[in-house]
Amino acid sequence: MTGTKVSEFQVKGKYGKFGGQYVPEVLMPALEELEEGYERYKNDPEFVRELDHYLRDFGGRETPLYFARNLSKKYGTKVYLKREDLMHGGAHKLNNALGQALLAKFMGKTRLIAETGAGQHGTATAMVGATLGFETIVYMGAKDIKRQQMNAYRMEIMGTEVKAVETGSKTLKDAINEAMRDWVTNIGNTHYLIGSVVGPHPYPMIVRDFQSVIGREIKEQAMEKEGRLPDSIIACAGGGSNAMGSFYPFIEDREVKLIAVEAGGKALKCTEKAALHSASLCAGEEGILHGARTKVLQDKNGQILESESISAGLDYSGVGPELAYLSESGRVTARYVTDDEALEAFHELSRLEGIIPALESSHALAYLKKAAESGELGEFVVVNLSGRGDKDLETVLSLKRGI
Amino acid sequence: MKSQMESQVERQNISEKFGELKQKKEGALIGYVMAGDPSAEATSGVVKALANGGADIIELGFPFSDPVADGPTIQAAGQRALAAGMDIEHYFKLVRALEVKVPLVCMTYYNPVFRYGVEKFVEHAAEAGISGLIIPDIPVEEAADLKNSCEKHGLDLIFLVAPTTTDARIRKILERGSGFIYLVSRLGVTGARADISGSTKELLDRVKTDIPKAVGFGISTGKQAAEVIKAGADAVIVGSAFVRIIEEGKDVNEKLEALARELKSGILEAN
Repeated sequence: MTGTKVSEFQVKGKYGKFGGQYVPEVLMPALEELEEGYERYKNDPEFVRELDHYLRDFGGRETPLYFARNLSKKYGTKVYLKREDLMHGGAHKLNNALGQALLAKFMGKTRLIAETGAGQHGTATAMVGATLGFETIVYMGAKDIKRQQMNAYRMEIMGTEVKAVETGSKTLKDAINEAMRDWVTNIGNTHYLIGSVVGPHPYPMIVRDFQSVIGREIKEQAMEKEGRLPDSIIACAGGGSNAMGSFYPFIEDREVKLIAVEAGGKALKCTEKAALHSASLCAGEEGILHGARTKVLQDKNGQILESESISAGLDYSGVGPELAYLSESGRVTARYVTDDEALEAFHELSRLEGIIPALESSHALAYLKKAAESGELGEFVVVNLSGRGDKDLETVLSLKRGI
Repeated sequence: MKSQMESQVERQNISEKFGELKQKKEGALIGYVMAGDPSAEATSGVVKALANGGADIIELGFPFSDPVADGPTIQAAGQRALAAGMDIEHYFKLVRALEVKVPLVCMTYYNPVFRYGVEKFVEHAAEAGISGLIIPDIPVEEAADLKNSCEKHGLDLIFLVAPTTTDARIRKILERGSGFIYLVSRLGVTGARADISGSTKELLDRVKTDIPKAVGFGISTGKQAAEVIKAGADAVIVGSAFVRIIEEGKDVNEKLEALARELKSGILEAN
């Protein structure tokens, strides 16, 4: 684990002014217990050995760093894809789900709950819940279940109970609210397996640490293949777990440009009740959501705006507090691309490289497309291909049919 | 226009109210409703009905889009209030105009307060005649700014204590809390329940303080209110049971007054 490497960023779970623990009192002891458990087990040889075993033999790590020849040729720069899409379950989400579920097991919990947007984190939780023998409940917005029916089925097939959330905007933020309510009620035997670098401390730290395996591998593989670190790393960011996982081991390598690409949706505008995008870093304002002080999409009264994106996994009104800090301090560059640009990149990678990317990851690819020509990305670019696109075929097809 | 809205009624603050009740050896009924549910006009009548029925303190919720500590009843009330256009300016205006003598407590989540400006929010709340603040998603560790503003403007900052709260945390909370301590009678979110947890008594015993102890979450009948007072509470907090009457929308003020009266008589019997 590299959890203490950038320790100057952290004072009691604070990243500059961001982070913290803005939760009901009833949760505070559980957060303390989780933090203690994590500190106790994260370097425990047995825990580390089991996690490595599951990541390798169950999850399929390490994932390749693939030289995308045709993409490189087209954009005149060396483009490598970090193939998190090849992980079991089809996305990077399993890294964190395995880590937290094992931790919960070591801590003696018997029940896992999770929220999910696109269904990728829910699926990862269902997989670890099945293999590690937990009772597993996943909260998913009713609107998201409609968009990602296959993932909902996948979870149920693995024995997870999928609870449709009908409140609020019926998407990820409401699923998080529901999961928090469940946790408040069943705190004794239950671990809340948060799927991104969001929520109260210690979650942003724990999820970042478990996802940092991505960045550590990128570092090693870059040295093997090119004999140096990349000039830039591009990752999409909703909550920000694949971005933080890719970036974190590079924070102190200042020569490596780190770019987080958010979902620009239809446009970077808001109506009265909703944002037409999910770009909290680019267009959000400071606020408190789901236990952390961070950048939030909100109206002038501090009511949280519903977000929008073609990609359910990026469709979230907040963002991880550490990513908000890194973005504000200038270490991470936050950018956005629109739904249309992401869709174009989705098709381009499929045709040029024979890899169908998730719509989430397509946002990172779209920024490559946008920025490569200017030369700002340098001569050696890594794009984190956080997930595969099979789950998105229905969305893409219905757009094509104009439905 | 504004001056016509202003209420001429002198309001008690929380400690005055508890002082008066202590002399009479009487437990307090604290009622919760959501401001602006289903409209700002309706709330004036609702608050009056609660006071007429015997509520000693009224918590007036300000709606938040993502209320993680609340159950479905109060979340729905918040959504109705937001849909009807409740915002902070309207809230303070509504509070100023309420013609009740009982102390008023504002309950909301931290983001609306933070966004409006902590100092400005507390100042305007005090000007409008609010006596105390309850922010369920801010534990003592994060509450320094809010506490300073509350002290400056003479508002009580009311903290929650849950069955899971350790004795060490209870001490921290008691150092910083004032007005009353809000004891959460059981794990979970707000919402009326048939049973009152046995852990209520245990929690009341664990919280050793001169600050009045109010028990909430799940209380909806006079019998339950009596049990809570017998277990050693100074006050009973009832929210969802009132909010449900408002949601049903039939003979609202009569039913609210009747329920408040039932709860208050339960409390008086126990004393």
